[in-house]
Amino acid sequence: MGRLKTFTRRAFLIGSTAVAGGVAFGAYAVGKPHANPLLDGLGDNEAALTPYVRIDGDGVTLITPRADKGQGAYSVQAALIAEELDVELDQIKVDPGPPAPAYWNRAFAEEGAAFMAPGDGIANWMTHGALSAAIKTMGMQVTGGSTTVPDGFVKLRQAGAAARETLKLAAAQKTGVAAGELKTQAGQVMLPDGTSIPYSDLATIAADIEPPQDTALRDPSEWRLIGKPMQRVDIVPKSTGTLNYGVDYKIDGMVHATIVLNPAQIGPMNSFDASEALKMRGIKAVVPVTGGVGVVANNTWRAFQAARAIEFDWGPAPFPAAMEDHWQALAESFNDDAIDSRKRDDGNVEHAFAETAGLISAEFRAPYLAHAPLEPISAIVRIDEDGAEIWTGTQIPRFIQNNVGKITGLDPDQVKVHVLYMGGSFGHRLEDEVVKQATEIAMQMKGTPVKLTYSREEDMVHDFPRQIAMARMRGSVRDGKVEAYDLGISMPSVVASQMARQGLSVPGPDSMIVAGAWDQPFAIPNLRVTGYRAPELAPISSWRAVGASSNGFFYNAGLDELIHAAGADPLEERLRLCNIPEARKALEAVAEMSGWDGVLGDGRGRGVALTQSFGVHCAEVIEVTNTDAGIKIDKAYVAAEVGTVIDPVNFDNLVKGGVIFGLGHAMNCEITYTDGIADQDNFHVFEGMRMHQCPVIEVRGLENGSRTLGIGEPPVPPAAPALAAAIFAATGIRLREMPFHKFVDFA
Amino acid sequence: MKISVNGQTRDVDVEPDMPLLWVLRDELGITGVKYGCGIAQCGACTVHVDGLAVRSCQLRVGDLDGEVTTIEGLGTPDALHAVQAAWIEHQVAQCGYCQSGQIMAAAALLDTNDNPSDDDIDAVMSANLCRCGTYPRIREAIKSAATSLRSV
Repeated sequence: MGRLKTFTRRAFLIGSTAVAGGVAFGAYAVGKPHANPLLDGLGDNEAALTPYVRIDGDGVTLITPRADKGQGAYSVQAALIAEELDVELDQIKVDPGPPAPAYWNRAFAEEGAAFMAPGDGIANWMTHGALSAAIKTMGMQVTGGSTTVPDGFVKLRQAGAAARETLKLAAAQKTGVAAGELKTQAGQVMLPDGTSIPYSDLATIAADIEPPQDTALRDPSEWRLIGKPMQRVDIVPKSTGTLNYGVDYKIDGMVHATIVLNPAQIGPMNSFDASEALKMRGIKAVVPVTGGVGVVANNTWRAFQAARAIEFDWGPAPFPAAMEDHWQALAESFNDDAIDSRKRDDGNVEHAFAETAGLISAEFRAPYLAHAPLEPISAIVRIDEDGAEIWTGTQIPRFIQNNVGKITGLDPDQVKVHVLYMGGSFGHRLEDEVVKQATEIAMQMKGTPVKLTYSREEDMVHDFPRQIAMARMRGSVRDGKVEAYDLGISMPSVVASQMARQGLSVPGPDSMIVAGAWDQPFAIPNLRVTGYRAPELAPISSWRAVGASSNGFFYNAGLDELIHAAGADPLEERLRLCNIPEARKALEAVAEMSGWDGVLGDGRGRGVALTQSFGVHCAEVIEVTNTDAGIKIDKAYVAAEVGTVIDPVNFDNLVKGGVIFGLGHAMNCEITYTDGIADQDNFHVFEGMRMHQCPVIEVRGLENGSRTLGIGEPPVPPAAPALAAAIFAATGIRLREMPFHKFVDFA
Repeated sequence: MKISVNGQTRDVDVEPDMPLLWVLRDELGITGVKYGCGIAQCGACTVHVDGLAVRSCQLRVGDLDGEVTTIEGLGTPDALHAVQAAWIEHQVAQCGYCQSGQIMAAAALLDTNDNPSDDDIDAVMSANLCRCGTYPRIREAIKSAATSLRSV
């Protein structure tokens, strides 16, 4: 077993050169190899080859440490392992794996550092170093940031290859045939005489074999799975109502609970009177939790009903009561003292502005947004004297172990977390308040499994939303070209707000304040991008594409104002300015797909945008028609550079979904606060896009780049600015604030 | 009271104003039917009552008059309904949480209209929300299912 631990450490060094380069904790990572969690609790006939593959008498289980919230992470991780292990996707089981430090996510920790344009001194960003260190300390088993693929593309294939070669050595030992004579196929080692041995029959022998350390990965020309359409491992259960999501899960003896929190976000509860609620049928208890109460019943609906019968005395929210004060705080942060970063300062914008006769300026706004996955958040928690057990859909199982440990006084190792399927997330399940609250309830009824289910209203009102953000731009043009662009972005720090809830402080600038803006592939002669750090307002969290979700709009919308002033074509001017070949190819692709040839006319309009986020250059063209009923979005054309498209079906689905997500929220979604209380509490006032509004979307995956990248988030940022530009072309109305339905109607 | 679900008569001891959704999920353990909003905005709770698509979060069980079919009664992994088969063929689902409701709405649509136009699909399916944005695949799958149902 000791040798397997050695291999575990070795596995992380494979393809992970950046580990040793980690700013502060590189030495820690190397010096203290994480134990292999699968070595605990193994049965007699089980052998753990790597942290990603488990083989036992029942066959092969692929451990997929990045959670599946709907993005197909289980399938893509399984395919990467199976590609080298020589098992078929329908032969294997997937298991999200226990929370363990061994599953740290390198790409997540270094998002930004590795993906940014070269030569920009990004290594100096304290945020990345500090955040990376924090995540590493916590074990880094985090799903997010479109990192599942970049983190796993080499690591998981390497794990599959090492397992395969070890199984061949085991077969050689068993049969006396030299390993070099053996082949593998469909979960079996094939002998030269035509007979075969299932992997499961080799598990115990393999357990005592040192895995080969340097197996070469197969050439792409030999791939059986990667790049070809796959059937998702969860598609049949998801099409027959037979998949158990977190909210569907049942534990024997479980009670159903819901929660009522101070509607003024994170405000305190002074007192409550549950006497009426306790008389209602099926109500077992009403217990205080931080900021509210848990209502425990024998049925979720009964808990919901009783929740409405409780009287409360609430304290105020600890942030400005009125929405205008939030915007004012952002506006006031555009000053030198609040500069968080200025990573882009090419040429001399001030000099260019002094020379111009026509300074152009504009202000843009992006609202708070709820994540609102369709499955409300939930968790089942059982607390016993010597341990706790948690069943929940989460992206952060290691944080949960620590937090439940803190609340209960248990050691984190005594907290067992089962990661369940999630009905969407969009970043929502990077938070674990629901688990903390369920733990607080379960502490008051030890031994009983408590299932806490949020009502939709509690979920939306108490979401930690996407950041509110404001941008101010100035610019000038000369001879029909964009000459100077000065973009300032003001927002509170998402990273600081989110990490503070985990008890972590993150020093230094927050790269998310300028993500999707400072690092774009356009060589404007005089270009300055400044991030201004607004004070903390309402608590916020990572929302699909994070900083780039607002900044992709700001950057492209500001650029469009300049291109319009220059009298240039939005796509041609972007192509002229573009200085990254992969980005240029993305723009050329959408130009070709859309047949871009200038203005459309007849009440129709088209717009283009490109945002590089999470390393992916994603270009989109949107076409609209101005109808009597309002703006109709006719078509969307998308091209995204991801290096390698692993599953073209899932890729197409995720890109279309990302475009729809970006368009829908830009059209009609916002969270606003009155007296610290969110005004939007359900889908009738936070609608997103519906079927009749959905354009025809054409998708092209580009594979020109050398890095293999994730596609969950990058299609979101360019959607809003491309839509705004199309509406401007069709109507002459310049949209500078989301949601757009405040200014135009949508059909 | 007795209710009929997926061909079985079930005894439930609940208040008549409990929505059918919660009777199915918490009393009978039928969890293919989903809770998304509770106010008939998302359609995740769609079931059939005598073949008609109904939002089970809005139907008080005391007002139920008819045979209830949930996604589990529409078809099973071993005996798929044509709509489910089309959903698998087109790999519609991302998170999949809305898809029970989408499939039940689509099956009811195709029961009354075996060759729906895009406008017909929009009129019915716009009441079902998908936060992941699988609408293009839902549309294709409905057309596929319509073709296969017409050929039966």
